[in-house]
Amino acid sequence: MTRLLQRLMGRLPIGWLQLTHKRGRFAAALAGVAFANVLVFVQLGLMNSLAAATLKPYEFFQADIMISASDANALAEGGNVARQWLLQALADPDVVEGMGLFVGNVPWDRGGNSISFTTFGIDPSQPGFVAQGVSDGLHLLEVQDAVILDRLARGLPVEEAAGIRPQTPLRFEAQDRTLSAMGTFVGGGGFGGDGFMLTSDQTFLSLFPSRSSAAPDHILLRLRPGAEVAATVTRLRALISDQSLRIRSYEDAALEDLTYQQTQRPTGVIFGFGVLIGVLVGLVIVYQVLSADVADHLREYATFKAMGYGPRFFLGIVLEEALVLGLFGFVPGVLIGAGILALMGAVTTLPLGMTPDMAVTVFVGTVVFSALSGVIATRRLAAADPADLF
Amino acid sequence: MTEDSIVEVRGLNHWFGTGDARKQAMFDIDLTLERGSFTVLMGPSGSGKTTLLTLVGCLRAVQEGSVRLLGHELHGAGAAELTSLRQRLGFIFQAHNLHESLTASQNVIMGVQVRPGVPDALAEAAAARALDLVGLSDRMDYLPANLSGGQKQRVAVARALVGNPALVLADEPTAALDKDSAAEVVDLLKRMGATRGTTTLLVTHDNRILDRADRILTLEDGRIVKREGAQGR
Repeated sequence: MTRLLQRLMGRLPIGWLQLTHKRGRFAAALAGVAFANVLVFVQLGLMNSLAAATLKPYEFFQADIMISASDANALAEGGNVARQWLLQALADPDVVEGMGLFVGNVPWDRGGNSISFTTFGIDPSQPGFVAQGVSDGLHLLEVQDAVILDRLARGLPVEEAAGIRPQTPLRFEAQDRTLSAMGTFVGGGGFGGDGFMLTSDQTFLSLFPSRSSAAPDHILLRLRPGAEVAATVTRLRALISDQSLRIRSYEDAALEDLTYQQTQRPTGVIFGFGVLIGVLVGLVIVYQVLSADVADHLREYATFKAMGYGPRFFLGIVLEEALVLGLFGFVPGVLIGAGILALMGAVTTLPLGMTPDMAVTVFVGTVVFSALSGVIATRRLAAADPADLF
Repeated sequence: MTEDSIVEVRGLNHWFGTGDARKQAMFDIDLTLERGSFTVLMGPSGSGKTTLLTLVGCLRAVQEGSVRLLGHELHGAGAAELTSLRQRLGFIFQAHNLHESLTASQNVIMGVQVRPGVPDALAEAAAARALDLVGLSDRMDYLPANLSGGQKQRVAVARALVGNPALVLADEPTAALDKDSAAEVVDLLKRMGATRGTTTLLVTHDNRILDRADRILTLEDGRIVKREGAQGR
């Protein structure tokens, strides 16, 4: 390793030699960096999971434009929209289809544990609004009290979900009604519910008697092929007289929901702070290690200064140490982080896991912040005065 | 400055501290070190020996007077110029100051690699020769912790000499050595003067080595009070 580094750097790898000289301290330093990495990985994993869980329900539908109430920051939040605006939107020449989307929370009490389904009420006669994979068996929803269940819902036994067929529906009580699960689709547990459920708008209104068919939570619009979404949104904003409504592209609606979850909701803010704390812990650990190392070697550094080595040489040593700590601390950090995320994902059914993006981000962050710690630690080198050696 | 003079000091004064605490440490020092000479600097503690060594060695800024080193005026020289000049000097400290995590060979290589562009193979070969010169060719891969006090000092000497410096500045290099080791180190420095023209300015209290000096200067209270030996100033 020393030879390899010597070839790469064109000089003796003094930083590497210094760090590995005291192996116990080196191991402790690597453990510290790895610990900071794990902290960041877990928090990033939770943040990514929040993002995946937020965007997941948007994947169930296919739409170009979504109209929501002014306070509808998320898909399952806020007031409703008068259906009349759907009819008004259809007056636009590029809008070919519109559908009201109802959203509500349906708890299924299973005697001891309860599964909370984020439930979407849709018009089963408009399959174009439902994504492939979810739309299978959509026609079955035309039967009153029929539902399609999320087979990955938290708390729903796998074997029970696997047995759901139109011929062998799973019947269960919820909201004082007997529902029949006729099919399943792939969703997954999120932060706001244990899973998802799809029903017809009629069944939805039976489950929520206080809701009205004239006021869905959102209005989804599909445009003719080739139509410009942004231009249509602008026209619709002029066309629809209720200026409080949020009229935006379906894509923007999803991204705004995500931004809201990450920056306004406590969970998102907490995860964000978690990442920050992890980064700060890593920064402090690397700084402490490097700073102590510089202090331990002040006399040797002063000797090198006397011999004619300049500031860049010393910066190079400390940066070399920072990179060694960053690189070698990252390896156990990424492995332990991946293990913890996989375990948490298995326990919570949240979409948790190590992604290549995360690994690359944390790796680059580790190297950059380690280098930053190194640059800060070099300030202590000013104390190495070669004149004091005599 | 003659062609043969490595160091010329004229009217050198130096102070430490500021304001009321300002105290003069060097008074009107004149000194010339010729190429290949071996000069011993003696005097009681606090007489200014070390201050003179650090001023000539570009480790302190010259405040008043002139110090010409290898043809360069140090009074008013910038940090980069001083650093560059130090690369042409060899330093031997009372404490060996070897890097604990580098082997003997690697410590000596540091004395070569200070000059940019020296290939690894060349640096390693030079380090091997220097260690051989100080009789440590069988200890090249030893860490300082596994060397005796005398061996460490000899590695420090090899590190100072490996770059073939024009001037070696040594501060009590024999203080921690037994009689034979001390004689070996001084003989080596003398030999370098004779064969390579290396000039040595050595601070010592060690009377054992005085008979080997070309010239002995005695400092007291920041003044050269006695000059003994071949050369004049």
